[in-house]
Amino acid sequence: MTTPASSPALRLDAVCKSFCRETGESVLALDNISFSVGKGELAALVGPDGAGKTTLLRLLTGLMKSDRGIVSVLEIDAAKDPQAIQSRVAYMPQKFGLYDDLTVQENLDLYADLHGITAEEKRRQFADLMEMTGLDPFQKRLAGKLSGGMKQKLGLACTLVRTPELLLLDEPTVGVDPLSRRELWEIIRRLVKDGMTVLMSSSFLDEAEGCERVLVLNEGKELAEGPPAEVRNMALGRTFLAQPPQGMKARDFQAQLLAEPDVIDAVPEGGQVRLVSQARSGGSQSTTLARTTARATPARFEDGFMVLLDQAGGAKQTYTEAVQPEKPLGDSRHESVVEVRNLVRHFGKFVAVDHVSFSVKRGEIFGLLGPNGAGKTTTFRMLCGLLPASEGTLTIAGTDVRRNRASARQHLGYVAQKFSLYGQLTVGENLDFFARAYGLGGEKKRERIAWAISQFKLEPFILLPSAQLPGGYKQRLAMAAALLHRPEILFLDEPTSGADPFARREFWQRITSLAAHGVTVIVTTHLMAEAEYCDRAAILDNGKVLAQGTPAELRAHASGPAGHSATMEDAFIAIVLEGRGKPAAKPGAAQS
Amino acid sequence: MRSSFFRILALIRKEFLAVLKDPRSRFIIFVPPILQCFIFGYAASFDLNSIPYAVFDQDQSAASAAFLSRLDGSSIFRRQAVLGRSEDIHTWIDNCRALLVIQIGQDFERHLLAGEPAQVQVIADGRNSNTAGTALGYFEIVVEAFNASWRANHGQGSPTIRTVTRSWFNPNLDSRWSMIPSLIGTLTMMGTLMLTAMSVAREREQGTFDQLLVTPFRPFEIMAGKALPNIAIGLTQSTTILLIAQFWFHIPFVGSFLLLYAGLGLFLMAAVGLGLLVSSIAATMQQAMLYAFLLVMPFALLSGLTTPVNSMPEFLQSALVINPLRYALDLTKRIYLENAGFAQLSSDFLPLTVIGLVTLFGAAWLFRKRLT
Repeated sequence: MTTPASSPALRLDAVCKSFCRETGESVLALDNISFSVGKGELAALVGPDGAGKTTLLRLLTGLMKSDRGIVSVLEIDAAKDPQAIQSRVAYMPQKFGLYDDLTVQENLDLYADLHGITAEEKRRQFADLMEMTGLDPFQKRLAGKLSGGMKQKLGLACTLVRTPELLLLDEPTVGVDPLSRRELWEIIRRLVKDGMTVLMSSSFLDEAEGCERVLVLNEGKELAEGPPAEVRNMALGRTFLAQPPQGMKARDFQAQLLAEPDVIDAVPEGGQVRLVSQARSGGSQSTTLARTTARATPARFEDGFMVLLDQAGGAKQTYTEAVQPEKPLGDSRHESVVEVRNLVRHFGKFVAVDHVSFSVKRGEIFGLLGPNGAGKTTTFRMLCGLLPASEGTLTIAGTDVRRNRASARQHLGYVAQKFSLYGQLTVGENLDFFARAYGLGGEKKRERIAWAISQFKLEPFILLPSAQLPGGYKQRLAMAAALLHRPEILFLDEPTSGADPFARREFWQRITSLAAHGVTVIVTTHLMAEAEYCDRAAILDNGKVLAQGTPAELRAHASGPAGHSATMEDAFIAIVLEGRGKPAAKPGAAQS
Repeated sequence: MRSSFFRILALIRKEFLAVLKDPRSRFIIFVPPILQCFIFGYAASFDLNSIPYAVFDQDQSAASAAFLSRLDGSSIFRRQAVLGRSEDIHTWIDNCRALLVIQIGQDFERHLLAGEPAQVQVIADGRNSNTAGTALGYFEIVVEAFNASWRANHGQGSPTIRTVTRSWFNPNLDSRWSMIPSLIGTLTMMGTLMLTAMSVAREREQGTFDQLLVTPFRPFEIMAGKALPNIAIGLTQSTTILLIAQFWFHIPFVGSFLLLYAGLGLFLMAAVGLGLLVSSIAATMQQAMLYAFLLVMPFALLSGLTTPVNSMPEFLQSALVINPLRYALDLTKRIYLENAGFAQLSSDFLPLTVIGLVTLFGAAWLFRKRLT
């Protein structure tokens, strides 16, 4: 499978493309890339943020010209005849231009008209698309009112109104819950089966596993090209599952392991730590590892990817030391700091949150998981006092939130999903404002701001308007601002949505360290692998808690394929489908 | 209480930083009002300096020539043509080449010499009734003067009534004198209302409003922190226009600055209150902008800036009691030109206070209501 079919659907030959940043420096977005995809193949572009994935896709659509090299799509030279390519290729950008104030049907009509589809074709095509995307029951709904997953499906349907020969998708599954993600994948697979060639970019590495070819990019350079198994094999014999020492949490152990020089990657998984070691042996060099038992486990694409990146110049250098609050926040570990009892929220007749109950102890990381529209955000907003509850009790650090919102807020820090500090103000001014907002002044304020700047490594950016911060630093600033008043509880809404694997690991390292120092963390996410970092998690669907417990308890809801334990994602899908009264999915069918 | 005060102070600091650091918003705050002030000051004048006219003189006598020379000597009337046929009148008026056409009948001199009233027909272009009215007014003055001198020269005795006009507070009836002081209120309201409505909507759209709401800020503190900087910005705008009025247009300020600023403060409170009310209803910046526009346009047009409120239909007048600009215009003009005292202005101060309080508390109530 090394050479694609005789006439490839797309071919890049020694392609280079550079951009000029606003600051004037030139960035090489693509550096001598050669890649081809055969007709009818499903291929993936993977790599961290800034790898050049979007640039490559845009070159293929003819929207952009390469500086050097040949870009040929369906045997047309993209530089010479971009128009011809655009009539045969469909491209779905990361943020597809749906009109929020038009209904599903109207959006489809609009795109069909833009592409000059005849009424006859439209009827035939629409029925197919609606059936395939499952949007049929929602034809009259405004696009703005659709959930993230449904929006992506509608975007895909709009892209497909004119059956293209080649479909290019830019991160189609970002911000989409596992259930919708699986549905999107089913659509994509069906298209490929019908003979379409599909090239998609993704920063979810597990998705690459299901493709026929992958191109791994990092900072514009090609790290690997070929079937995903080749990348996976890079990690062959280097992957282990390690049991944390008695009494140690998997995530704390993981943090320790990551600090070891010969450990390329480590993530918590099922109460153990999955690690990729530099050496192919049992990892005897590592002192942390020596204290425990590690057994070999089959490699995954993600492991191979980490090895590739490590060889290319060290992925781990992006990690920073963990954050440490000045001093631990007491040690009353068993005290419950968040108490939610029979929480209800109506919007008119619609019940968004339906008798939700849970409690979180000091220093715990608690996850709220669920598909888009499950009621996670509504619950979250009620906890933060941004939305009044209709019924139930809500206690935070001993304060009744429903009665005394203002004083409950002294105890909590909140990081929104979207960057929501003042973009015009500099990093320093933002910190200063939020310190004052929390009533810090004088020496105390200076001390806390100094702490935040040093812990989050914001020193070089103090005078930069925060809107101009690089992506990862925006989140650091948001967290720094939320921690200035030393809250007991930190609320994080979808903190890693759209972040690449490195940013995600770095982020969790911080959270783990905060929790170790007694900060209680409540986090919403729809990346199930991240639920592994939680002490406990609740799975919500249709406003109800379907299951609640430790990651291991949740995972027990699904049985994995023979020889494998079920992943969090399998468990999640099983629990949600069970809750909806549908038969549980075939185990392990989620992704690959 | 003390911590509340410091929080409001922090918010005010932040507002100023956000507005003044951004070159675009600095531009929007200062450049358009100054520009508009000059544009209105020079262009939006109701005075006519040059009235193009044509004459159809059927008399061709010494008397008609004397009358026309009076018109031409006024330096306001500019003769564009002498018409030979009455049909030409149409073409000159229709094509806007003349604002007035003066037709002098063939018996003009004969009647005058006989001591009988002679007739001069004036045809005015009524498509712009304001301008035509003003032009006719000027024409009357010239006729009046001609009459007086004719009688004196021909020993027909002076007319029984002579009007001697003196216009108080604006001796030359220069419309700029009433226009520019009115701009202090008008331009400031447009700026302040917009700015306030947008500043909250922007925070809501960018998610920073949620971030504010999870800090210990109370709705009332957020309102105060939003209102005060915008009032201060409004006062700066007013001062700029006031300075231009005095030092560029040389319109003498005769009143009390203290009273003027007290009035402007109340007026800005009302404008900011309206802005906050708009922003507590609007969900997006676009909505806030549209709502603000919807308020500003009728408020400006129906404030007495161009047409007196007294001559508007009764029901409109009663509906306009909620228009803060109406009181502000009255107040600034009267203090500026007339040196009116507090007692005379209570009919402006009182409604402004009421509007300010109602809108501010209304907005605060709506803010809270959205949260609880």
